[in-house]
Amino acid sequence: MSLFNVFNISGSAMSAQSQRLNAVASNLANADSATSANGKPYKAKQVVFSAIPSNTPEASGVKVKNIIEDPSPPKVVYDPKHPLADEKGYVTMPNVNVTEEMVNMISASRAYQNNVETMNAAKTMLLKTLTIGQN
Amino acid sequence: MINQLDSTLSFHQNALRIRGERQEIIAANIANADTPNYKARDIDFKTAMQGAMAGAQQGRFNTVKTSGQHLDGVPSNAPSGRPGEPLFRPIIQGSVDGNTVDMDVERNQFADNAIRYEASLTMINSQLKKMLTAIQGQ
Repeated sequence: MSLFNVFNISGSAMSAQSQRLNAVASNLANADSATSANGKPYKAKQVVFSAIPSNTPEASGVKVKNIIEDPSPPKVVYDPKHPLADEKGYVTMPNVNVTEEMVNMISASRAYQNNVETMNAAKTMLLKTLTIGQN
Repeated sequence: MINQLDSTLSFHQNALRIRGERQEIIAANIANADTPNYKARDIDFKTAMQGAMAGAQQGRFNTVKTSGQHLDGVPSNAPSGRPGEPLFRPIIQGSVDGNTVDMDVERNQFADNAIRYEASLTMINSQLKKMLTAIQGQ
């Protein structure tokens, strides 16, 4: 039954988008983390989406294929009073682009809402279908 | 009699089935709005419906008979298999990541398809009501 599959498809997209939102939250939270467990500044994480086949071949769901570390160079800030500053007074800060992350956040949240609406529409249609011949 | 009842309802039954499939494909497009290299798909309702109706009128199905006493396949109005070949949507504005989903188009088609689905449901309901009136003779 194809309409039930809408739940699987939209559900997979919602879970993928929430993982993306999670990555955004982590990036924003660590925008100023000059050091981490391995002693290096935090690196921005980005999720990569990929289409996965569902029960029907032409309608595919989504999954997070992998989470990559942003390859862009870290920001170098001049702050001689910082405890992690090098001999010239420069501190290496995370490569998180806050503006980009905010845009990413809005995009993820809108995509999530779209999928919720898709699911609700499918639910209404199924419920209406159940009432065939009842009135 | 049952066959006649079947054929009365078959048009909208097929319509509902294809609308359901189409809804699923559009939902997949919306779900994959951010997937790199995903190509938006859709089915052409007209050709799918024509194919389904042709299948319904074709008559017998080739059922496998393992005994001489088995009956022939009864014409059914619900042909198995896919309704219509899913096609790719034309690209209006390409994007750098190769994704061809245009959210405006998809939402528009999704809402349109949902309303047409409900229209078919209403038609079936009223056909059933008509039938009941005829049976009860009131």
